Amino acid sequence: MPTVGVKRDLLFKALGRTYTDEEFDELCFEFGLELDEITSEKEIISREQGGSKASGASDVILYKIDVPANRYDLLCLEGLVRGLQVFKNKLEAPRYRRILNNERRTAAVRPHAVAAVLRNITFTQERYDSFIELQDKLHQNVCRKRSLVAIGTHDLDTVSGPFTYTAKPPGDIRFKPLNQTKEYTAAQLMSLYKTDSHLKHFLHIIEDKPAYPVIYDSNGVVLSMPPIINGDHSKISLNTKNVFVECTATDLTKAKIVLDMMVTMFSEYCSQPFTVEEAEVVYPDGKTCKYPVTYLLPSSCSVEPTEKIAQLLTKMCLRSEVTGVGDEIQVEIPPTRSDVIHACDIMEDAAMAYGFNNIPYTTPGTYTVANQFPLNKLTELLRQDLAAAGFTEALTFALCSKEDISDKLGKKISETRAVHIANPKTAEFQVARTTLLPGLLKTIAANRKMPLPLKLFEISDVVLKDETKDVGARNSRRFCAAYYNKSPGFEVIHGLLDRTMQLLAVKAARGDGYHIQASDDSTFFPGRCAEIFFRGKSVGRLGVLHPDVLGRFELAMPCSALEMDVEPFL
Amino acid sequence: MADTGVLETLLRRIEKVDDGVDSLEVATSLGVDHQVLVGAVKSLQALGDLISAELRSSKHWELLGEGTEIAEQGSHEARVFGSIPPEGLGQSELMKLSFGKIGFSKAMSNKWIRVDKAHEGGPRIFRTVEDIEDQVREKLLLVQRGNSSKLEEKEKNELKKRKLLSEVTVKSYWITKGSSFSTTITKLETELTPEMIANGSWKEKKFKPYNFEAMGVAPDCGHMHPLMKVRTQFRQIFLEMGFTEMPTNNFIESSFWNFDSLFQPQQHPARDQHDTFFLSDPALAHGFPPDYLERVKKVHSEGGYGSQGYKYDWKVEEAQKNILRTHTTAVSARMLYKLAQQERDPGCHPSGRVPPDRGRGGRLRAHAGGPHGHPARVLHQTRDYQAPLQAGLQPVHGAQHGSVQLP
Repeated sequence: MPTVGVKRDLLFKALGRTYTDEEFDELCFEFGLELDEITSEKEIISREQGGSKASGASDVILYKIDVPANRYDLLCLEGLVRGLQVFKNKLEAPRYRRILNNERRTAAVRPHAVAAVLRNITFTQERYDSFIELQDKLHQNVCRKRSLVAIGTHDLDTVSGPFTYTAKPPGDIRFKPLNQTKEYTAAQLMSLYKTDSHLKHFLHIIEDKPAYPVIYDSNGVVLSMPPIINGDHSKISLNTKNVFVECTATDLTKAKIVLDMMVTMFSEYCSQPFTVEEAEVVYPDGKTCKYPVTYLLPSSCSVEPTEKIAQLLTKMCLRSEVTGVGDEIQVEIPPTRSDVIHACDIMEDAAMAYGFNNIPYTTPGTYTVANQFPLNKLTELLRQDLAAAGFTEALTFALCSKEDISDKLGKKISETRAVHIANPKTAEFQVARTTLLPGLLKTIAANRKMPLPLKLFEISDVVLKDETKDVGARNSRRFCAAYYNKSPGFEVIHGLLDRTMQLLAVKAARGDGYHIQASDDSTFFPGRCAEIFFRGKSVGRLGVLHPDVLGRFELAMPCSALEMDVEPFL
Repeated sequence: MADTGVLETLLRRIEKVDDGVDSLEVATSLGVDHQVLVGAVKSLQALGDLISAELRSSKHWELLGEGTEIAEQGSHEARVFGSIPPEGLGQSELMKLSFGKIGFSKAMSNKWIRVDKAHEGGPRIFRTVEDIEDQVREKLLLVQRGNSSKLEEKEKNELKKRKLLSEVTVKSYWITKGSSFSTTITKLETELTPEMIANGSWKEKKFKPYNFEAMGVAPDCGHMHPLMKVRTQFRQIFLEMGFTEMPTNNFIESSFWNFDSLFQPQQHPARDQHDTFFLSDPALAHGFPPDYLERVKKVHSEGGYGSQGYKYDWKVEEAQKNILRTHTTAVSARMLYKLAQQERDPGCHPSGRVPPDRGRGGRLRAHAGGPHGHPARVLHQTRDYQAPLQAGLQPVHGAQHGSVQLP
């Protein structure tokens, strides 16, 4: 959930009244937002860097408001205010109008470009700051750190259209970038910004390409080199009257969304409020397209009377009218609401306007018969009785390191049929476990201070590669127990096995029941290991652990263990 | 228990006197170590009220090792004095004597000797006075003889500082007859035995009282894991509500079932390297139902079923990537698809589905409820909902989970 920081007093001024903190908190909650924190710039700095540094900072109270990640229209003060005003029925949802004008040509390398103009806008310091901040916020989330979309804003009066969006080799691009005093070539800029804490993250997007994107005006003045930096020539100041907004992108839909956001938010400050001038973009293949656009969606609903729903939706900035045909409502989705893509989004907004807390509780109309998943049922039964047998349940991680399931147990990793993670967070979580034993041993190692004997068990899944499954792997439910004491206690573990078989109603006989026979296994002490057979098939093994294994898991006492597949007993 | 001989002797002693005896005296007269007697006293106390013993402590002064040496041979400084002949003694020679160093400085401060540094053959020590009075030795002798009270506190403390004396606390007991005094010792039984029951001898025996203040023996039991106990309760609640458990025993899932079929766009940050574990082996999944795949692709890229879709290029390679399941809703997606296929089969009951299991590859989370996601939904196998079921899509607006997610 991104957080927007707004100055409280500005917010209240725009809303037309003051609220107490609790009242505002309530209001946010109703609208679907969360008032996260009430702080001030001074507080923030003193928290992060220490009190002394904060002495010069502003004391102005800031509200930090959490907005849902898909509501780009609430990322700035203007958007928030507008949303809240309409919600409180103080303002009518604005309708955005378009006027045709401009023209641009593209020769795409960053394939898409869209643009619009804000005419006769008046900036104040706060509005200017808000404008820049919104750009930043959008860059951060929707634009995926400028890799999908890059926004450029320019003072239209300093340049002249039509504008050309093209690509040139780095050496051929030469201009004075924003806030610099001399001209650079693009190649020089790359190295210049390598040390810039803000811009260096974006260099890689175009760094290795043979040609860099660049926007020129009709006089060859560089407006910008997206996604890195704008030109100084066209930079916006407080005196700017006409703003040219352009977005270049690799994803056209996102570009349109971003452009919509930028212009709709600030069109309220134009002399003709909520008016946006279109820009016509000419594609290299001659196709033309006008931006921005709005959508109309029909929708139907039940539960509440349709007029009420229409009212609720209008409160959420989705202008609605009853069409008069059955239950239908016609909803106009403004360009600010790019998160609305189907009917259920509209219904969600209607529900929010209604208030989720106001929806009455009802008992479901249908009755269903419950069923347990058989494997889980068996597991639950076994767990109870194993605890009754004196063993304590452990719960261990399903991921572990490669060594845990191979080297530490004296086995080879290639023979384990393990599933490997491509991007593990730490070396402790490189593979999905193929055996429960390392988990138990690590648990014992972490509990050496506890009184002996330590008797642990776990019934849980391991993951094994399996080509017959569509994903190439399957889970296998295993039962594992360990006994750690001054003497290894093979007879204890063996006794547990017998008890488990008794619980599973399996006879101690060859053929139809179970039996164990001696076997060799590098994890176990030679001569003290046996394999468990059920109806002739091997289902697990038990024995005294090999001292090397004990050493690798940092265990001091002898330990005997048992691991068995549970699924054959279903 | 101490030697019964001592016990009995002690008891007889106590019997003879009217008031009581002092343990120290008894110990010396019996010729046993005081500690042995203390042991006897304690044993007698354990047997009941045979005796009552009052703890007394007394202090007296004792000579330490060095002190004893001085008492016998004289203080260091006196010996220094004594060892200097009339013609004097070379300093280096003096220092060789065991008491030389300490005695020398003390004797100098007492002004009993003097040093002639300029003497030929090295510094030489001479007596300054004819006779001395070895006060230190005399004081120590007093203490040794037991007359420490003759010395003042200040003097005693000074000797204590020089580590010649020490104050010793001696604990002794004043033993008197108890309420049930007798010279015979009866042994108390601790437990009832089968033989006593058999021959009825328990009626005559006296039993040691139980100590009810102590704790009992902890039973040696096993335990269930607390998180698992909570999970059991969750399962119970859902089962009671009439839900059927879904098979969630597959930690590995394809991006298709985990994300795409749940309408999560392919460029969504949740599908980043940061938030999802991808697999290097096995890396890709295969075997998606082809018709369904096409429908999913269409809705993502163009829209459909009343939705606009995301309008981007949907790539099947992205969907094929295997991951560690990030939420159990992926299982729900598979189940919905399966149920939708069965939908044509008449006589299906309505069923609710719940998967109580891990998400995000089993990484245990510290926050409430941990790794167990419980998406629950009731599915009605009726004609009216045919289209959404067949599509298998749940338009998941914005959020990742399309249904109730219990913590």
